[in-house]
Amino acid sequence: MTMTMAVNAHSTTALPAAAATSAMKKVIILGATSGIALEVQRQLACQGRELLLVARSPQRLAELQADLAIRGAQQVLTYSADLASVQQHAAVFEFVRRNFPDFDTVLLAYGSMHDQKDSETSVDVLLEELQVNFVSATAILTWFAADLERRHTGCLAAITSVAGDRGRSSNYIYGSAKGALSLFLQGLRSRLHPAGVRVITIKPGPVQTAMTDHMPNSARFADPERVARDIVRALERRSPDVLYTPKIWRYVMTAVRQIPETIFKRLSF
Amino acid sequence: MSGQSAATLRKQPAAPPPTERILSWGRYPKIAHQHVHKPAWNDQVPEILQAATPASLLPYGLGRSYGDSCLNAGRELIDCRRLNRILGFDESTGLLRSESGLSFSDIVDVFLPKGWFLPVTPGTRFVTVGGAIANDVHGKNHHCAGTFGAHVRQIALHRSNDGLVICNFTENSDMLRATIGGLGLTGVIAWADIQLKPVAGPWINAESIPFQSLKTFLDLSRESNDRFEYTVAWLDCFAGKNPRGIFFRGNHAADHGKEFHPRRGPKLPFALPEWMLNRYSVKAFNTAYYRIHAARKGAAVVPYDSFFYPLDSIRQWNLLYGRRGFLQYQCVIPETNVEAFEELLDRIARSGMGSFLGVLKQFGSAPPAGMLSFPRPGLTLALDFAMRGERTLKLMQSLDEVVQQSGGALYPAKDARMSSALFEASFPRWRGFVPYIDPKMSSSFWRRVTGGQ
Repeated sequence: MTMTMAVNAHSTTALPAAAATSAMKKVIILGATSGIALEVQRQLACQGRELLLVARSPQRLAELQADLAIRGAQQVLTYSADLASVQQHAAVFEFVRRNFPDFDTVLLAYGSMHDQKDSETSVDVLLEELQVNFVSATAILTWFAADLERRHTGCLAAITSVAGDRGRSSNYIYGSAKGALSLFLQGLRSRLHPAGVRVITIKPGPVQTAMTDHMPNSARFADPERVARDIVRALERRSPDVLYTPKIWRYVMTAVRQIPETIFKRLSF
Repeated sequence: MSGQSAATLRKQPAAPPPTERILSWGRYPKIAHQHVHKPAWNDQVPEILQAATPASLLPYGLGRSYGDSCLNAGRELIDCRRLNRILGFDESTGLLRSESGLSFSDIVDVFLPKGWFLPVTPGTRFVTVGGAIANDVHGKNHHCAGTFGAHVRQIALHRSNDGLVICNFTENSDMLRATIGGLGLTGVIAWADIQLKPVAGPWINAESIPFQSLKTFLDLSRESNDRFEYTVAWLDCFAGKNPRGIFFRGNHAADHGKEFHPRRGPKLPFALPEWMLNRYSVKAFNTAYYRIHAARKGAAVVPYDSFFYPLDSIRQWNLLYGRRGFLQYQCVIPETNVEAFEELLDRIARSGMGSFLGVLKQFGSAPPAGMLSFPRPGLTLALDFAMRGERTLKLMQSLDEVVQQSGGALYPAKDARMSSALFEASFPRWRGFVPYIDPKMSSSFWRRVTGGQ
């Protein structure tokens, strides 16, 4: 009997050796209860990193803290705050300064995706989408950028989206907020380069998380565990500058960006 | 901030989202669900229960039940796989508190390096804690450790009518016994306290011994059960009344010293064409399997995953049976009734429809941990039958006769077609379980065998 098999051999257990070779030790996750962050944190915990988790719900943070500590994280701190509210950022940073002052990596993982139709018809929804995904994100990153720049070390990473690479009728509001965040990171990267601080723009394609469950075909979206593996590898190596995950999206978006606007505007996707 | 705020602010789309295809492990029956809830946090579960209509929900884990006990045709599922956090662990006693969607695979990965192992494990590591409790699963150590439910110390259960209910041996002990083996019908398990077992390392001292009759198997089994923690046999079901097979037995090895990293194996990418699996190819496979193991008989130190989870090394092996899927038949027959067992094997051999995965095990005499627990003293046999329409179902009906006359029982977790009468015969006290069913819960299996809502 012959069988066709797709061989995909890789170790399912994280290798602690990676921790030793990487400069990443103390990681701050902004938006720790987001679908992608959950997987990233788990993998970082298996590698024995120290984590500071920031999210809104104290109850959920407590559950995460227990889980990640048992899975191997050397230390798990949590801080409850609504990061969409810029007024709370000073307190967040104060907590970091006191309790986690020598952090070396920051991953911004929160975002929101409203139904596009709602953002088209309600200016309030539109503004909230921009507030969460762009305004508050750039504000909190500014605090951390200044600190790392002063210390001449570390890595700032933020999850944007392939939706930010080109405006499409079906999700240009979410896309424009994420695209603006990508531009912000691009500039920040140049600014922090002389100080030796890395800035990584993470552009996932659609991923199976709570954020996308309501979308058609969500069962075919990328596995968050796989996306998280790409992200953790990028954080460890501090490269590439712009990570597309799964990798195919780098090529897809390169092609999508080439389509002339006069044709693109007629495409409805 | 991300998912949550989006979820609460988002308006419900006008048309219901297209339903995900959810299949059980046997890929039969193929039925549609109206909606699949995917809570990521325990605090979201009460909302789902509140909003549901009566008898509309069923918790779902990794879908390793073979038939329809994990399905809810035309109604809704609560996919618990994102509820997979470890909430507590006592390093000194090995008591684990886990959410219901945590997989056995994760438990082994996290706790084996710390010197702890599952107290009872089925033949796959891809089951959830919730699923293991709901089916009160057994393993190769049933004769000395009982079922998984015997190692559950406490659970917290989301109930639609009375919130989060703590169940242990002193508080709501009857609800605990109902939930163990309760097929997910008593509510959604928020977390469970499981007593893990200390082990020296990931290695097993294993022995394999060929046998050529049922009597030899029984002698081997009786002789081994005192000395070996794990016993099970593979059976060539084409051999009829005097079956040949390989008897496996093992104990945890004292620390073997070597580092061990399990590797993920190959994956069947699609359902094999059905013609590839016929009586000749399967017979040839069985003969080869028997000869290889008979030639390699003896003792060896093997890693835990090849001893406990040989089939997990081929991911999606269920696609082997082709597009129409397969049915598993797992029964238990009282030991005093060896003739019935021989009759069963005879009918299978004559049909020519058996398959490679015949598994034989002598259950121990531990009292059942749950109200609807399947394991009971006797011989249990598990077999796969590729679904080939009416003739497959007919054969299984003829096996039912033998099982029912012998005073035996069928295992709900493996079933997609048993009659109400056989269910009644297998679980004569099922009516005593009914008051514990959550009014919002139901399943395809339950409606089929009890005729209820």
